[in-house]
Amino acid sequence: MSTNGWEAVIGLEIHVQLNTDSKMFCACANVFGAEPNTLTCPVCLGYPGALPTINGGAVDKAIQIGLALDCDIADRCQFHRKNYFYPDSPKAYQISQYDQPICIHGHLDVDGGRIGITRAHLEEDAAKLVHAGGSGGRIAGADSSVVDFNRCGTPLVEIVTEPDLRTPEQAVAFLGLLKNTLQTIGVSDCDMEKGSLRCDANVSVRRRGESAFGTKTELKNMNSFKFLGEGMAAEIRRQIDLLESGGEVRQETLHYDPQARELHARRSKEEADDYRYFPEPDLVPLEPSAETVRRLRDAMPELPAARIARFRDAYGLSEQDATDLNAAAETADYFEAVAKASGDGKAASDWVRNQPAAVGTIPPEGLAGIIGLISAGTITPTIGKQVYALLEAQPSADPAALVADQGLASIGDSSELEGMVDEVLAQNPQFVEQFRSGKEGVINALVGQVMKQTRGRADARQVQQLLRDRLQG
Amino acid sequence: MTDTLGLTAERCIELLDAGEVSCRELATAYLDRIEAADDGIHAFLRTRRDAALAEADGFDRNGRTGLQGVPIALKDILCTKGEETTAGSRILEGYIPIYDGGCVTRVKAAGLVPLGKTNMDEFAMGSSTENSGFGVTHNPWDRARVPGGSSGGSAAAVAAGFAPLSLGTDTGGSIRQPAALCGVVGMKPTYGAVSRYGLIAFASSLDQIGPFALTVRDAALLMQVICGKDACDSTSVELPEPIEVPTAESLRGVRLGVPTDLLAQGIEPGVREAFDASMAAAEALGAEIVETSLPHAGYALPAYYLIAPAEASANLSRFDGVRYGMRLTEPGDTVHDMYGRTRAAGFGAEVKRRIMLGTYALSAGYYDAYYGMAQKVRTRIREDFTAAFADVDLVVSPTSPTVAFRIGERVDDPWAMYASDVLTVPANLAGLPGISIPCGTAEGLPVGFQMIGPAFAENRILAAAHALEGAIGFDPRPPAMAARA
Repeated sequence: MSTNGWEAVIGLEIHVQLNTDSKMFCACANVFGAEPNTLTCPVCLGYPGALPTINGGAVDKAIQIGLALDCDIADRCQFHRKNYFYPDSPKAYQISQYDQPICIHGHLDVDGGRIGITRAHLEEDAAKLVHAGGSGGRIAGADSSVVDFNRCGTPLVEIVTEPDLRTPEQAVAFLGLLKNTLQTIGVSDCDMEKGSLRCDANVSVRRRGESAFGTKTELKNMNSFKFLGEGMAAEIRRQIDLLESGGEVRQETLHYDPQARELHARRSKEEADDYRYFPEPDLVPLEPSAETVRRLRDAMPELPAARIARFRDAYGLSEQDATDLNAAAETADYFEAVAKASGDGKAASDWVRNQPAAVGTIPPEGLAGIIGLISAGTITPTIGKQVYALLEAQPSADPAALVADQGLASIGDSSELEGMVDEVLAQNPQFVEQFRSGKEGVINALVGQVMKQTRGRADARQVQQLLRDRLQG
Repeated sequence: MTDTLGLTAERCIELLDAGEVSCRELATAYLDRIEAADDGIHAFLRTRRDAALAEADGFDRNGRTGLQGVPIALKDILCTKGEETTAGSRILEGYIPIYDGGCVTRVKAAGLVPLGKTNMDEFAMGSSTENSGFGVTHNPWDRARVPGGSSGGSAAAVAAGFAPLSLGTDTGGSIRQPAALCGVVGMKPTYGAVSRYGLIAFASSLDQIGPFALTVRDAALLMQVICGKDACDSTSVELPEPIEVPTAESLRGVRLGVPTDLLAQGIEPGVREAFDASMAAAEALGAEIVETSLPHAGYALPAYYLIAPAEASANLSRFDGVRYGMRLTEPGDTVHDMYGRTRAAGFGAEVKRRIMLGTYALSAGYYDAYYGMAQKVRTRIREDFTAAFADVDLVVSPTSPTVAFRIGERVDDPWAMYASDVLTVPANLAGLPGISIPCGTAEGLPVGFQMIGPAFAENRILAAAHALEGAIGFDPRPPAMAARA
């Protein structure tokens, strides 16, 4: 197999559970992990005669998502019924949005590329089915199935991208930035393990240079960044192999099995995909006011995409480093605090990226203190790592005090270091002889011996210079 | 105790206010009459004697005012907490709602005493109450004839003296048509005037709850109770002005528009005569009679029979045997097998016909031609009415093209049955309020006179209907029922 000459085309469909207090169309609490079927009412149970009412908080959050993705916010949108029979849908239709979504035509820039957002729309989540017995937790062949309606009616925003992504890595980076963006604006916890962020991918391949799309498959059940990347890579390989061996890609839905690292075709909920959408007559059209949109726009915090650009420009970081620091909002916040306290963005970036565990455990002042001690020459970078290890044990300690207490200050200009150099030279006459006869490489062995004696409190280059001065003097 | 046949709600209030009867005595009189005579009518699916008497006792004990203690009958499509509600369908037999609908809550808060739940066409689909899963209701004027539908039980209950007031629902005429066929007053409010919360949905964009009564003033009293915004129904609204109990005796200055195109639709001669006589009475009261036009009214019935089934096909999908009501399953069934088995056994033929019609109308490739086109027609009809009301105050017509037909006469001819709604459906499509009042008889059977007004013109309709009612002087007591009592 080779990917030579082939190009993948990927579009994502992302479902985000909104962290509203109540559900999308009723007053039940929107909480994860409660006792099954304790957060229900006639509306979310789909009892006869019950009617939905729109959760205004969920509408605001959907608008915030649209604004964060540079979408147009519709001044009039409509809910539709999406009809299908399945036990996770107590009304046998999902209230969703169809041809009049609340957000359209946006984009999110990742790694220098612009990924189009086709639409973002509001809908309600389905109930959770648990199948007992049978194979692989599926309804087919299960001995029995139970339904937990707590999740039923949870507000969802479905975000659909244009087919603008070209590699699994780019898709994963996009999802990371999207997740950070959604967390930054505070609309969802985006916890993939709990299912509050779910991602399906439409994948096809084509010969490089072609403009027409190949036949796509839909990948589901990739509930982590790792599985998303693995699943897409596996599917791209499968499609290329198939096409290179003269086969054809069939349009189908595939589920990723993370244990086997394989994709399996699976019959979906209903064979026929005719959802018979029609406007939901129980809800009047939704008309977000310009005032609401303005209020939400004004309250929008700095978004990760903008922050990446600012980190790059204000702190002189590379695009990659700035992107890495923005993989999570807490990391970016922490970096910025360290950079401000230390006045050294480059060093702060290196430290925060190399010590991700520092985020949320070591006060930014601690890390900034180490950076300051190093740049002032008080300690060497090697000792800096030792001080960091000490801070891990006592996070609120003052790095300068730790250095003083433990005698870790650099001995670069002291007579102590000169004494150590003299001592090592005296103990190694054969190296001195060899150096003077032209084998200058032996100086490294001498540096090593001196450094060992200093226990890291000196700079190796300075030690080498001192040795050279002595040997040549 | 008092003969309840022909006893109005206002008269009940007078008797209660004067202490001539207690709430218990009044409720007992109605319940006893139901017990004595409903075997021959089958207006009720269930009565609730003990609960009703306990509620009546509460008012007797603690004092009462207003409508408190006045009995009422509820169509079995309105969810009543803790009390079986079937919508006339076997699939919901034994179903006990866990909540009261918005309208039921208002009725209870007003102190009205529900006597029981009335028979209806299954899921309100029908014009004769023959489609009930629980047996036919007979017309109190002639037991061999239908009471109309779908709210046939509620109409028959008021006509037969089983309750002074009742509630029905009107999706395409299901209040006005049975009111006409049973010789009582029935009103469909403006869409949104009454909460649909707890009304088991047939066609959500058309359904509306409304009152049956013996007089227009009684209907207005019940309208005062049920109208108003409900936070649980986002399509509900507050009326721009409160409902007034009408006192007008004149129609001076009122322009009544007769839609010539609508009346071209095969009105029985006897119905036409009674209608014309009432128009003459209206003119004598000072009304100005003009011709008006609803050019697209001829398309109303086909549009209605696409939109209503389409919405119904989704609304009725929840009856799948998973959580409540009937469940039929055999060993080895998949969940889809269970759905099919349950729905095949639980739904009647008419309901299945409409589910199939609606599913088809919404299908990919047919949506634009059927559902989409029907919605366009709906817009045209709304515009027709707007244009008509620029010139007239009310649009008037007979309510039904015929008097009550014989039981069984139309069951095998859906189109003939659907044609019963030809004069009532346009108001539903346009969301407008309408009333049917009895305006005489033909062949000894009642004829209904329909008035349709602009949105939220309930008071205008009630005032005109009250004035005309006085001039017509219809006796709402079915001779057959008087003989039985």
